[in-house]
Amino acid sequence: MTANILAETEDLRVCYGRVEALHGLSIRIREGQIVTVVGANGAGKTTLLSALMGLLPHTGRIAFPRWPTAALSVEERIRAGLCLVPESRDLFGTMPVEDNLRLGGFSRRGDRGYSAGQSLEEVFALFPRLKERRRQTANTLSGGERQMLALGRALMAKPKLLMLDEPSLGLAPLVTKEIIAAVAGLRDHGVSILLIEQNARAALAVADHAYVMETGSIMLEGPAEAVARDPRVVDSYLGARKADPEPSNEDAAPAPHPRLRTAGS
Amino acid sequence: MDLSIFGFLVQDGLATGAVYVLLAVCLVMVFTVTRIVLVPQGEFVSFAALTLAGFEQRQRPGLAWILLIAGGIAFAMELYGAWRRRTRRGLAVAAFSFLALPAALSAAALAGNALPWAAQVLLTCAMVTTLGPILYRVAFQPMAMASPLYLLIAAIALHFVLVGSGLYLFGPEGVRTAAILDGSTEILAMPVAFQTLMIVAASLALNLVLFAFFGFTLLGKALRATAVNRRGAQLVGISPDYAGQVTFALAAAIGALSGILIGPVTTIYYDSGFILGLKGFVGAIIGGLAAYPAAALGALAVGLLEAFSSFWASAYKEVIVFTLIVPILLWRSYAHLTVDDDHE
Repeated sequence: MTANILAETEDLRVCYGRVEALHGLSIRIREGQIVTVVGANGAGKTTLLSALMGLLPHTGRIAFPRWPTAALSVEERIRAGLCLVPESRDLFGTMPVEDNLRLGGFSRRGDRGYSAGQSLEEVFALFPRLKERRRQTANTLSGGERQMLALGRALMAKPKLLMLDEPSLGLAPLVTKEIIAAVAGLRDHGVSILLIEQNARAALAVADHAYVMETGSIMLEGPAEAVARDPRVVDSYLGARKADPEPSNEDAAPAPHPRLRTAGS
Repeated sequence: MDLSIFGFLVQDGLATGAVYVLLAVCLVMVFTVTRIVLVPQGEFVSFAALTLAGFEQRQRPGLAWILLIAGGIAFAMELYGAWRRRTRRGLAVAAFSFLALPAALSAAALAGNALPWAAQVLLTCAMVTTLGPILYRVAFQPMAMASPLYLLIAAIALHFVLVGSGLYLFGPEGVRTAAILDGSTEILAMPVAFQTLMIVAASLALNLVLFAFFGFTLLGKALRATAVNRRGAQLVGISPDYAGQVTFALAAAIGALSGILIGPVTTIYYDSGFILGLKGFVGAIIGGLAAYPAAALGALAVGLLEAFSSFWASAYKEVIVFTLIVPILLWRSYAHLTVDDDHE
């Protein structure tokens, strides 16, 4: 029932100068899961992803298949199957959509069994709109298409764990829905996802497991449904909702209850 | 001035301009990919010409020393990095490109005097090209994240180190390498030296090769991607270090070929590279150090201007060319808002 653990951090710490931004984070991502991290601005969500990607110096243990040490370069992490779609997308604006995608497979060039053409067709099957616009330069795309391109570019590297930083940032609600649905679809293709979203409601609806971060620490973790019902989460991140339909039903439905952790534990 | 003199000056201008085009294109390439203004670009040119002349005059190849010493330093830096990161990954590649390759080329260079001319040219190009990534590793890679101003200062320092070593290793005498092609033909009733034709044709061919490389190969696109968005490139696995070393290898290779092309028509001293590179730079800033076609046209214009000013006011020829920088910079700063390249 429970899938194998794909990635795990233990006591992950990041310092900006003398200020510690992550205070010993331990998170766990299972194969084929969408794990979401919700939290306010400045909670350290992006810092977490940057540390996992190797963009920031960090201490603590990160376990990932075929990683002998923690001091791997960004390129080695990509080759191991980690991929980050940053908040800023970082597309190659003046280059055509197809070149953007092909460069997404740069780390796999020369790999046996990897075919850039085949991966390209898979991405086009997932996002047909990109195929229509394959000759257009990336900076002529709309916001939603850019996010699709960023996702597609990441998928070209055949990642095992895809980390998405605010994929819905700056998108219209309908487009956000489309993107989130696409992310959920990726899980069915066997990609595990670490999703960071300002839009906590959408993220919790699609995720399997959730962590709540506050000022560099995990405050709460548990199955996404349970976290979404936690009163503190409802108050802080989901906003007022209509009253719980069955408020006194807690004993009847023993949903796995979120574990509360105190700061720094 | 009659028509034949005009034609002669145009020829002369096109030939030197064609070499400046190559240097300008290199400067644009290196700057967009790494944000380094490659002041030592000219040293690749002069070192190539001096090395080839050294083979012709049966001297010991001075460049081998630079190659071996700088390669040794580069490998030591790799070793230190590997020790700090506690991994042996990448050391094999470093040992090859920083130790084995320089050693093999230096050994070949010791026997270089006996080689046929074509092999000497190839060996010269190979040595200079190998030097490119080594210099990037030693001088720029440790500070690759610094601002362009720091990188510029490092580039100037590297330029002085190379010129100083050049004086020590090659001596103060100027050289002119043997003409590659003798004879001339007539085009439009004007005598045109084969040498001139060859320079223009070689420059054109190299530019086409570069165009194809950047337009159609994954590696070329990866370098362009690094120029467009450095972080995005890193996130698809194009390491900035790798992009920098490949770019420097390309710049060095083109510099070496430029040196071999210009060697028979211009006397090259240990410090001639700087002036040549600076003329390429004047062309490159016409394109804002960012646009290839503008840089190429600008460099060609510099060559023509130089040819005509050496006819009318030969004492002022450098003055005229370099004074051009001021109005061009003024025009560029008014016509284009400068873009801070780190925050696109």
